[in-house]
Amino acid sequence: MSNLDDRLNAFGEKVAKETTKNPERKENFVTGSGEHVERLYTPKDVEHIDYIDDIGFPGEYPFTRGVQSTMYRGRLWTMRQYAGFATAEESNERYKFLIEQGSMGLSVAFDLPTQIGYDSDHALSEGEVGKVGVAIDSLRDMEILFNGIPLDKVSTSMTINAPAAVLLAMYIAVAEKQGVTPDKLRGTIQNDILKEYIARGTYIFPPEPSMRLITNIFEYCAKEVPQWNTISISGYHIREAGSSAAQEVAFTLADGIAYVQAALDAGLDVDDFAPRLSFFFNSHNDLLEEVAKFRAARKLWAKIMKERFGAKSPKSLMLKFHTQTAGCTLTAQQPDNNIIRVAIQTLAAVLGGTQSLHTNSRDEALALPTEDSVRIALRTQQIVAHESGVAETVDPLAGSYYIESMTDKIVKQAEDYIEKIDKIGGAPKAIERGYIQQEIMDSAYRYQKDIESKSRIVVGVNQFKVNEEPPKGLLRVDPAVEVRQKEKISSLKSDRDNSAVNDSLNKLRKAANDPKSNLMPLILDAVKCYATLGEICQVLRDEFGEYVATATL
Amino acid sequence: MVDTIRVLVAKPGLDGHDRGAKVVARALRDAGMEVIYTGLRQTPEQIVAAAVQEDVQVLCMSILSGAHNHLFPKVTELLKQKDASDILVLGGGVIPEDDIPFLKENGIKEVFTPGTSTEDIITFIKENV
Repeated sequence: MSNLDDRLNAFGEKVAKETTKNPERKENFVTGSGEHVERLYTPKDVEHIDYIDDIGFPGEYPFTRGVQSTMYRGRLWTMRQYAGFATAEESNERYKFLIEQGSMGLSVAFDLPTQIGYDSDHALSEGEVGKVGVAIDSLRDMEILFNGIPLDKVSTSMTINAPAAVLLAMYIAVAEKQGVTPDKLRGTIQNDILKEYIARGTYIFPPEPSMRLITNIFEYCAKEVPQWNTISISGYHIREAGSSAAQEVAFTLADGIAYVQAALDAGLDVDDFAPRLSFFFNSHNDLLEEVAKFRAARKLWAKIMKERFGAKSPKSLMLKFHTQTAGCTLTAQQPDNNIIRVAIQTLAAVLGGTQSLHTNSRDEALALPTEDSVRIALRTQQIVAHESGVAETVDPLAGSYYIESMTDKIVKQAEDYIEKIDKIGGAPKAIERGYIQQEIMDSAYRYQKDIESKSRIVVGVNQFKVNEEPPKGLLRVDPAVEVRQKEKISSLKSDRDNSAVNDSLNKLRKAANDPKSNLMPLILDAVKCYATLGEICQVLRDEFGEYVATATL
Repeated sequence: MVDTIRVLVAKPGLDGHDRGAKVVARALRDAGMEVIYTGLRQTPEQIVAAAVQEDVQVLCMSILSGAHNHLFPKVTELLKQKDASDILVLGGGVIPEDDIPFLKENGIKEVFTPGTSTEDIITFIKENV
């Protein structure tokens, strides 16, 4: 190294002279997350990193290079486009379109009333029905949503959290009607309530009963739906709310620790449920920082599961994750430029070793995406998969001085945060105190200030602007959707066996008051008698109460 | 001595995206205004009650779920009923250009869409309050 030290010193002196004459573009170069970036990375920056212990081989601890030994040479990532709007009928058509276009898995977007456990005819649902996703009020809607889609052939991801147990129960019931047994079902429910309190906002119940519902699902699925990913611990929304890359890793894994701890406290064995935990991350614009982030997340989770929780099964140590490109980077200005941003973010996710990916559409800063825009987004993944060459070898950026040193730095920053959160008493306590929300908000505000001072350039927003016509042909959800959903509910309520519904809801109410009781089978019974989502959630609201957030600025 | 401008920042409806609302709230506070943030999931009735009770001159609402055409006019209608139409009402969020004339006809003074600088919002408030 001494020769390298000498050469580095000499190089430093030479560059110092050059830059006095011709200064660099900026005094301080930073990543997308505002982290300092050196001019040059050399073996000096990675000399403390041990290949075997810190990086290792793909499919082996600590999984820095990926969770499978052959990665995309074996099978490409799952191209999974998040979709859903208006009614079950219209969303079903969009899913069939996506499957025809080569989408490999479904990803269901629910409207806000569904996500917050209100039926379409609830007063608070007014104006929101079918807007950001599909409206599901009962099993009847779910039957239409998956009509003609064989549930033993597709894997389905559902972005549902507070009422996740209800939607999973509906999915199991639809499968049963198709003749598909629960053990054949593959998919994911988001089921991550902690990040709802932190960043996404679709909570219903307070933390304690929410954590119970989550562990009930872990326990039920371990026995009955063994191929189902029971939670998708999400950094995506934390990042969208404005966090840095290291904060995204830190707060997501801190949430993960809380779920594992809750399940252990409920008496479950770590290796029974940990293999079904999955994660969900954001892919932002800073390509290299993002690649380092994904690698850091994998490495740190493996270490946590092994050292903190004593997990034995290699599958318990693997951080598998879904990625979505960053919605917050899309601009309403010159929307076609978003195609390029999404392409860069796709590269980051793939070079970071994602298991599945949703690519955003160019028009999402304006409205829900049109079919044309969705097709381009999917084609972006297909071009990266089949034409770019990055999927042909495992973890191609490993060994880059910059990537390895940044991976290491993110691990350390995230560990520091997790230590702080542990001192506060874990993620739920840190959320209750507003600590995590405050840290994210500080980053978000800094980011906005940087854009306004132009120390951060966003093409088309604060530089390279043009006068443009407002975009035409945006997708709009017909307000009549709300009327149609309301009619469906009233006809359902007159068709079904209402005494069976009441009976099932009474049983659920009783079980809700017995903390030892697993609510999943009772929710499944209620769903099968066509109790509505709102009715089921109302029973739980009565018994569990509702979460009231403290507004922090 | 000019009185401090009092602002209510509100999130109507079920939408949970409040990064924009919070960033605007902080920027207004840094610009010397007194800012109250309602938090998520406020009904039009709650927002109007808060605006009247807190005696604000400005009400900023943000919606990213697409429910703006339904919820914003409900708020301005209720303000009218409470004799509080003098409050300057601003909207923000993911709002298609085509919807803006309708919102303006319904008492929303200005609509700020993605990419707006907080400076522009501050200037607009100072000039119109």
